[in-house]
Amino acid sequence: MDKNRKVHQFKNPVLNWIEFRLPIISYFKKEYGDYPMPKNCNYFWSFGALATITLVTMIVSGIFLAMNYTPHTDMAFDSVERIMRDVNYGWLMRYIHSNGAAFFFIIVYIHIVRAMYFGSYKYPRELNWILGVFIFLLMMATSFLGYTLPWGQMSYWGATVITNLFSAIPFIGEGLKTWLLGDYNVGNATLNRFFALHYVLPFVIFGVVGLHVAAVHVHGSNNPDGIDIKTNNDSVNFFPYMLIKDTVAMCAFGVAISAVIFFGPNLMAEVDNYIPADPLVTPAHIVPNWYLAPFYAILRAVPDKLGGVLLMFGAIVILFVLPWLDRSKVRSCNYRPIYKWFMMGFFVNFFALGYVGMLPAEGLYLLIARVGLLYYFGFFFIITPFVGWIEKPSKLPLSISDVYAKNISPNIGGGEKGIPSPAMQKDTNL
Amino acid sequence: MAKKPKNKRRDFLQLSTVTLGAVGTAAFIWPFLKSMSPAEDTLAAGSTEVDISAIEEGQSITIKWRGKPVFIKKRTKDEINAAKMVQASDLRDPQDDADRVQKEEWLVLVGVCTHLGCVPLGQKVSDMKGEYDGWYCPCHGSHYDTSGRIRKGPAPKNLDVPPYTFLNDNTIKIG
Repeated sequence: MDKNRKVHQFKNPVLNWIEFRLPIISYFKKEYGDYPMPKNCNYFWSFGALATITLVTMIVSGIFLAMNYTPHTDMAFDSVERIMRDVNYGWLMRYIHSNGAAFFFIIVYIHIVRAMYFGSYKYPRELNWILGVFIFLLMMATSFLGYTLPWGQMSYWGATVITNLFSAIPFIGEGLKTWLLGDYNVGNATLNRFFALHYVLPFVIFGVVGLHVAAVHVHGSNNPDGIDIKTNNDSVNFFPYMLIKDTVAMCAFGVAISAVIFFGPNLMAEVDNYIPADPLVTPAHIVPNWYLAPFYAILRAVPDKLGGVLLMFGAIVILFVLPWLDRSKVRSCNYRPIYKWFMMGFFVNFFALGYVGMLPAEGLYLLIARVGLLYYFGFFFIITPFVGWIEKPSKLPLSISDVYAKNISPNIGGGEKGIPSPAMQKDTNL
Repeated sequence: MAKKPKNKRRDFLQLSTVTLGAVGTAAFIWPFLKSMSPAEDTLAAGSTEVDISAIEEGQSITIKWRGKPVFIKKRTKDEINAAKMVQASDLRDPQDDADRVQKEEWLVLVGVCTHLGCVPLGQKVSDMKGEYDGWYCPCHGSHYDTSGRIRKGPAPKNLDVPPYTFLNDNTIKIG
């Protein structure tokens, strides 16, 4: 053991006692107290905190639902109805959980949009981005598994359709599908294992989130101008400034999700899922949850079974290599006059894909899905590398303080703090 | 930092924010805790109606109420007298027989030993009934008399009398 270890001293002797044995107090002080946040971060930077809060809410409400849920094909649907009617506040647990899932995706999509637009995925935060995409994948798997549990018509047929994707794999596909289901079709064995996995995956997500947060704290958060913190004048401490800001965001989020939970709890639900699962009758129109619809649109846009499956998974896998497809060293799209518009086009396109993913795959909708598919992959494989090469970025501010020095009268916003020293100016040519 | 009058506003804001946060958190936690108490359908199963017309004198039946056994016994004259003769003050858990029954021939008891929750013997003719001819708990040897009162052994209390009403001469509603 390191005898020279410098033990942090606190006023409270209890804290000192703990700190000497487990330096967790100084860790929290460093990572969540004194942690420097770029002072120009806007409310987009609150969505990481919101996502964490939502994850915890989902885990808690999920545990309480599990106390009353029965993972058996004969009883699952009735046990959910019992939760809705007889269990004290069961309706609230369930509506928190089902709408919480939808809001979790809304938040994470905004979080991803922020990371893409402001270039948070670039050096030195590539691994952070990869962990994030991994979390996104786990979330999609978890939500799919959870959607099966109420054992309504959409649960059953959604599970059937998605597990049949694996049968597209040549040679081993059918065998793999049967192995995954534990039966020849979606049955009790499937429901049991889906419940087990749906229970455990959120804790896996929680672990990866821990790594995700630890990774971002190494090099600090990105910011709307995409430039690094250079001096103390560029940053504020996480406590209390960003904590209060995140709390304000949390209050706004609480109002939004409460409005849905209490006044429109089934807005984002499919009515067919209130019909018990029937293996002999398929609903006329199978739709995934809206937050998975863009990928579903890609699946249906391809007139080939294996091709559709590959492109759908490819649409997610491609995200992993985004940091290496983008050749530009400028992070924020605010300083990228061309790429900025392609980026916004990407977001609109993703939204459009989601829209047609909820509609029947025919006629104009199918055409939109195919155009959207082309743009989706074209954006990553052609636009992103190519624009980075030809584009001339606009002039970056010298420092984060400099942004304020320019925007606000120097007497107020900058003062002596705002003017960068010559030493700082030297290394700002990104 | 010394508190100056101008900090009052900040102190007020800080205190009211923390208070509101604490109240909000408590309000959020409450439904979760409440969801763990018995659900409506469980409560609805909390009362049971029993037909007692077929029970002969000296016979006892066991029914299930809230998941627990309930003994309904039609006592003989001798048993009633034995129960009445006991001085309440001599008992570990003093109670007169009259306070434990509504009609003296009908004894209704929760059949759970007050020691550690076993079901006492004594319902069947062949069962051991203990030294006081009532019930005997096989787990740790508690003896109950013909009024279900603890007379010997480790149990601290008499067998519970559940809430019940006679709907008519032949029907008891328990719970």
